[in-house]
Amino acid sequence: MIRLLALLLILAMPAKAEEIVLGLSRNEVAITATFEGSDILIFGAIKRDAPAPDGDAAIIITVAGPDEPVTVRRKSRRLGIWVNTDEVQVDAAPSFYAVATSDPLDEVLRASQDLRHRISPPTVIRSVGANVMDSHSFSLAIMRIREASGLYQMHENAVDFEEGTLFRTSVELPANLTEGEYTARIFLTRGGDVVDVYETTIPVKKVGLERWLYNLAHEHAVLYGLMSLAIAIAAGWGASAVFTLLRR
Amino acid sequence: MLVYLPIAEVSVNAFLLLGLGGIVGVLSGMFGVGGGFLMTPLLFFIGIPPAVAVATEANQIVASSFSGVLAHLKRKTVDLKMGTVLLIGGLIGAALGVVVFNYLRSLGQVDLLVKLCYVVFLGVIGALMFVESLRAIRRTASTGGARGPRKKHTWLHNLPFKMKFRVSGLYISVIPPLVVGVVVGILAAIMGVGGGFIMVPAMIYLLGMPTKVVVGTSLFQIIFVTAFTTMLHATTNFTVDIVLAVLLLIGGVIGAQIGTRIGVNMKAEQLRILLAIMVLAVCGKLALDLLLTPAELYSLGTDGGH
Repeated sequence: MIRLLALLLILAMPAKAEEIVLGLSRNEVAITATFEGSDILIFGAIKRDAPAPDGDAAIIITVAGPDEPVTVRRKSRRLGIWVNTDEVQVDAAPSFYAVATSDPLDEVLRASQDLRHRISPPTVIRSVGANVMDSHSFSLAIMRIREASGLYQMHENAVDFEEGTLFRTSVELPANLTEGEYTARIFLTRGGDVVDVYETTIPVKKVGLERWLYNLAHEHAVLYGLMSLAIAIAAGWGASAVFTLLRR
Repeated sequence: MLVYLPIAEVSVNAFLLLGLGGIVGVLSGMFGVGGGFLMTPLLFFIGIPPAVAVATEANQIVASSFSGVLAHLKRKTVDLKMGTVLLIGGLIGAALGVVVFNYLRSLGQVDLLVKLCYVVFLGVIGALMFVESLRAIRRTASTGGARGPRKKHTWLHNLPFKMKFRVSGLYISVIPPLVVGVVVGILAAIMGVGGGFIMVPAMIYLLGMPTKVVVGTSLFQIIFVTAFTTMLHATTNFTVDIVLAVLLLIGGVIGAQIGTRIGVNMKAEQLRILLAIMVLAVCGKLALDLLLTPAELYSLGTDGGH
């Protein structure tokens, strides 16, 4: 019955003229002890029922890490020394954000569409209720600092988009990755308007030893602390014993 | 070889950490300082989050100090009695320090205060030691190695509760060492370090202990202070990264053994002047950070942590 309803619902919806079909080189990213970053190959095609309509088509791909609140502090000079004077709490900024496009972003995406779908980096940082005059410069600071550490990436013209149908790109996840659900979004635009969106999640999680230690540290903190101390004492004693032997 | 740290959530080069641990370990064994005041900024520099750096550093200091103390115990250059008195004072001070720290944090600007604390204390202690040990070196050079009159009777020697500290060759009241312990404990808690670089000069100049004994005794009490700090961080902030600690302490314990051997073969004045130069260098770096226009005016902090 439910299936029948669902089928009817699908039939009742206006069929999309163009639709994104997607593949990922991996469905999840496992952080092991020797994790050095990871490449994710994102590829797919545009499915069409009819010949392609007019207007230049383009692909925009975003990969976002989990949102987290960020405190941004600004230094200024007081009595000759530099101190943190202003502080802005940014409600949510993704811990990682990469944008890859098939053409320069401003040519294939209208500003209004960008704001609506929150595609370019400035639109994904949510900051409200800032109590300083130029709260915008604080958002810019997040982008600048995270760009420098490879956490925010902008790759224009990095998506191969062949004959308006097949597309592929690879997104490089850096080694300083945090855990969480990463979201990949693929936008098909035509003449600056978003025609179709495809969204999928890529879980990034610690596995093996990393997972075990992380859980131990949070769930059995006393045990973990004692274990750290035991290792420290054992190592200190061990080095002393080895050096005593060496001197004989 | 890159290793992903489970708590810090960054990848770092394992050999870099082994090397850093080794260098700080050598200094620790030579001078009886924990090395936290050197290591913590270095860890910030390679991208470890500050909260994790401070907590993990405490754990690493436990290892290198323990290694150093064992080496000093063999040479009988640890005054256990004095160390215990200082430690009692230190723990009282640390508890007071945490209260003071939380009060300052409620006022805001605690970071600035910590930095100013560093600059003032490192600057004053470094300068005093530098001048004193330079004078001592000149004196030994001119008198052909004869020791000047060191023990002077001051009001410190007229206090009650006298105690014999045989290893240090002192017969003094327990009040000065207790007070030194408390003061260092307070500063250590506020500044997030073991306090060796304050403790060592205090023992030499305020208590009049011989330099050779000072190093081992300082390491002895640092073990307990930093073990206490490690547990505190592990249970309240969950910021001790055991993988980072292991990498640092492998280098650290080996370095401490080497450092102790270097230290034993050096003259006391030379040891003091080197420590003074190191302290002044760190002080200068911190002062420049406060005075020069920073390249990036903004800094990011994520939830909680420090």
